[in-house]
Amino acid sequence: MAKTLVGTDYAPPDLIEKITGRAKYAEDWRAEGMLFAKQLLSPMPHARVRNIDASAALAMEGVEAVLTADDLAEYMGEAGPLDERSLTNHPKYEGEPVLAVAAVTEKIAADAIEKIKVDFEPLPFALDPLDSIAPGGANSLPDGNSIIRRRTDTGMETVVERVEWTAEDLATARGSNGEKGRMPEGVFQDEWTNGDLEKGFADADYIIDEPLFFQSVTHHPMEPRSCMAHWDGDTCHLYPSTQSVAFTLLAGQGTVGVPPQNLIVHAEYTGGGFGSKIVGTSNMAVPVYLAKKTGKPVMHRVTRYEENYIGRARPGFQGWARIGFKNDGRISAFDWAVIQDNGPYGRQSDMGTSGNMVSLTYQPESMRHRGLSIATNTPPRAPQRAPGGVQMSAMVEPLLDRAADHLGIDRLTIRQINIAKNGAKFGEAEGRNVTTAYVTEAWDRLAEMVDWEDARARSGQMNGSKVTGVGIASSTYTAGSSGFDGLMLITPEGRLEIHTGIGNLGTHSFSDTARVAADLLDVPWEKVDMVWGDTGKGVPHTCVQAGSQTTHAITRATHAAATDMKTKLQELAAQVHGGSASQYVVAGERVYRRGNRAAGLSLAQAAQKAVEMGGRYDGTELNEGLSPITLGGAAVLKGKGLLAAAKDNYGRAGDVYSWVVAYAEIELDKETGVIELTDYKAVTDCGTVLNPRSLGGQLHGGAVQGFGCAVGQKWVYDPQWGIPFANRFYTARPATILDVPLEMEWDAVNMPDPNNPVGSKGIGEPPMGAGCAALLCAIQDALGQDTVAYLPLMTDHIINQLEGREQDSEFLAAHT
Amino acid sequence: MAVINDMIPDFELYQPESLDGALEVLDRHRDSAWVLAGGMDTFDWFKDRVKRPEAVVDLGAIPELSGISETDGGVEIGAMTPLTAVVDNELIRERYGILAEAAETVATPQIRNQGTLGGNLVQDTRCWYYRAGWPCYRAGGNICYADTPESMNREHCIFDASRCVAVTPSDTAPALIVLDAEMVIRGRRGERTVAAEDFFVGPAIDITRMTVLQPNEVLQSVRIPDTWAGADFYFEKVRDRNAWDFPLVNVASAMRIEDGAVQDCRLSVGAVSPVPLRMERCEELLRGQTISEDIATRIAELGVIGAKPLRHNGYKVPLMRNLIRRAIRGQAPV
Repeated sequence: MAKTLVGTDYAPPDLIEKITGRAKYAEDWRAEGMLFAKQLLSPMPHARVRNIDASAALAMEGVEAVLTADDLAEYMGEAGPLDERSLTNHPKYEGEPVLAVAAVTEKIAADAIEKIKVDFEPLPFALDPLDSIAPGGANSLPDGNSIIRRRTDTGMETVVERVEWTAEDLATARGSNGEKGRMPEGVFQDEWTNGDLEKGFADADYIIDEPLFFQSVTHHPMEPRSCMAHWDGDTCHLYPSTQSVAFTLLAGQGTVGVPPQNLIVHAEYTGGGFGSKIVGTSNMAVPVYLAKKTGKPVMHRVTRYEENYIGRARPGFQGWARIGFKNDGRISAFDWAVIQDNGPYGRQSDMGTSGNMVSLTYQPESMRHRGLSIATNTPPRAPQRAPGGVQMSAMVEPLLDRAADHLGIDRLTIRQINIAKNGAKFGEAEGRNVTTAYVTEAWDRLAEMVDWEDARARSGQMNGSKVTGVGIASSTYTAGSSGFDGLMLITPEGRLEIHTGIGNLGTHSFSDTARVAADLLDVPWEKVDMVWGDTGKGVPHTCVQAGSQTTHAITRATHAAATDMKTKLQELAAQVHGGSASQYVVAGERVYRRGNRAAGLSLAQAAQKAVEMGGRYDGTELNEGLSPITLGGAAVLKGKGLLAAAKDNYGRAGDVYSWVVAYAEIELDKETGVIELTDYKAVTDCGTVLNPRSLGGQLHGGAVQGFGCAVGQKWVYDPQWGIPFANRFYTARPATILDVPLEMEWDAVNMPDPNNPVGSKGIGEPPMGAGCAALLCAIQDALGQDTVAYLPLMTDHIINQLEGREQDSEFLAAHT
Repeated sequence: MAVINDMIPDFELYQPESLDGALEVLDRHRDSAWVLAGGMDTFDWFKDRVKRPEAVVDLGAIPELSGISETDGGVEIGAMTPLTAVVDNELIRERYGILAEAAETVATPQIRNQGTLGGNLVQDTRCWYYRAGWPCYRAGGNICYADTPESMNREHCIFDASRCVAVTPSDTAPALIVLDAEMVIRGRRGERTVAAEDFFVGPAIDITRMTVLQPNEVLQSVRIPDTWAGADFYFEKVRDRNAWDFPLVNVASAMRIEDGAVQDCRLSVGAVSPVPLRMERCEELLRGQTISEDIATRIAELGVIGAKPLRHNGYKVPLMRNLIRRAIRGQAPV
């Protein structure tokens, strides 16, 4: 079989720009006469703006405009009381932007901010969901503490309600009189049960009933969410930091009040997002309307400090798991309940997803899921790399080890006993199923890589004051959507030009997915040009670059468009050289009659012919079913060569999920609590491997993010004032290169998913949960099986546990 | 508190080429002047506009403040010498390895390239209430926000609180205390020297300063005598991650052992008090002893007597105890 581009390492097309520093990220853009914006942030966690006096600022030389929430209401219409806007008169967390100033320099803008007088009326606030739902607890919002979506006669509405638990339920949940918390009954909002839970527990030989804590954690992508904007008549040019270019255009009406036809999005490079920049960022309206107001381009540079506030965070969980195991290790009952620290806006999906992840990962014979989302006066939440999945894996995987040890079952075996397989059902009423799940194969490969027997023998070995701990864990998450469009062109120079509307986050998926077309059309990669990051250059309707959708969704869409291209090449050749289209093959940069390479056209000739013929060949006429975005993109390319645009209409038999299983080995110093991660290995089932080198980057990069979450990053708030302190890199403490082994290994089972033309599934999500959970399991292995299920397990926690000291913070207390 | 972050306000920048020139500017501006070394402490303050000096005196162009030279009795290190140079210096590594070891645990390689030994010693405390511009005692107010029943004070002190509960963040200070170093201070009226352990000032003496330096003075150099050259050293820093993190607790020890018994020793612990502590009582008990696990444990237990943890930093007591124990027994196996 000829070597394909799919599955081969390569230099992505943005490499030179990145390593030479020529790549332009949002903050790098400059325009003639550009102004700079700075924001005034709320100093209180919950307040109303009674008055703004900006007269002194506006009188300053160099100050061009002040933008407030009232201005945004004029431009974009009134915001709903629960809507998040770039600026607000009702800040719901300390650090929420209240107004912005545009000035000729950033320093003048900052000086002007200091001269603005804002009269704030402080309002009650809540930082900790459990405190808020206590009898008489503070509400985070004026009318309650929980944002819910409900159906009405006219559609869906978002309202706030007050949720309150009884003192008895809270005492059960938190624990009292020295007893740890247990599964509470309390009030929940989401609830579903599969099977007979009561019977499941009755059948169980061993039951674990544990409180669990997973703290909220800021996304902290390397690039903060700076944004520049300028207007050209009615057209707004937006230069955001975004994960998804086409969808930023599509969502423009909602995010910045500009419809797609009046918006051009420029975003070739984005320094990470992890789910916090899916369709752009919450601050985009600031430069857009300061530019509108002043008639000049405006740059809003966001600092790391500001990123902490407006940069989104993963919802924390206060949770409980009651799990019944049979003697053979099978989970007969799984009762799962979580309270989600939702932040002040929207309603996050993490808690619901976590229930699905329990159901899928462990395939329990019976299960109950309950969830409650409580709004807090802390920064807004958003999906973060496997939202709900990371929390679940980190909180539950250590419990599996405890059960395995209690039942005398090998820790890897207990995972294999409860494993999901191809077609596995999951979720409420088990109404969903996965396409493929080669988890058994992944575990087998991992066991081989780490020599599991040998690794187990190292567990508990002492080296001076250091004890070795080994941990294994699995994590799964969605890995692809479908139904998007592909768009490509063969130019009269004979080059294949592939257009994409996904973002370029550094994962290489924007170009990995294009290699499917090059393979199908047999075009060497050197003859392929990628066009990305600019909706003005023609983009198709592509998925959001989030939820690991891209690899699966866009290989499908690209394959569909490449197939369309191949058909058109065959048709063109048949029209020139006679015979039927099916007699022609596309290979070696030509389309020619089978067995007679001379009877055909080069790609350049085919493109020239397409331009001559017009109609369906040059983009004048397009296939049916394409999205308006794709139609707009194709219009840009019309007449420039042989154009192919097609919608992904391939079928799919279920939900696409990828998996990572991982091994972590540590040395834990029992005198200092210091943990050294000495080994990490991961194996994935993500279908066919597209780009091995980049896959390795995802598997290890995601794991490192998980390590920080497990042991380093703590979102500390002063509870009296509602103000956070972990707001810069050195106080937020994400893991660094010095916190991980120099060499980490990975592998992939590389089994194709039949629901994708090349067998691929996405991989961005599950590496983080696997890394986080494997490290926690290794710590538990080193410390002993009564380790608290708490994240982050920082030095103080570990020392207190080693010393038998009571922890300094209450177990389920958030942000302390 | 800061109204605007990450934007340095205007100031007059002075870049004198001699120490006398710097002292002249400092004397002229007194309390409204700021001494800039590597900038690793300074720029955070400036960016958040919490400190707003009128005049900033950059010491970077003064040759006499930089460099490492062997002296008759030891070594002298200019205060502006980058931490990386301290780490890499052969003389220091050979004779005063504990200082190189301590300096190498500071922050990150990049920060060590830019940060100076003097800056690491003189830097302000990292109490996050204070650094965020809260009007606390240390900032001239009348409350300590880090010492209330609800305060977040995991990193704060367990000894010597006096209205303020902030700790010294320096990693090199405990090493220099055990090396019996002298701080050479220059002012308009000349030079004075202060023993390293007396260089640091707790809040009971002056709550607005961390060292004895007056506003018109500059730390010129650090002199290390040969008293402890080549001794048995031990340094350890416990932190939450391996880069860009201040100590939760650090410890330094130097010992002379003859015929199996401790002839002399010095021991210092950082990040448990507003100043780096010299553990003289432990030293006294240790002299003449043969090192054993039992001795190390008993002396370490005595070392933490009197600790008064705050709500969130009780863990520092056993951590300090264990680090003293390790510093006494050195690299000996458990």
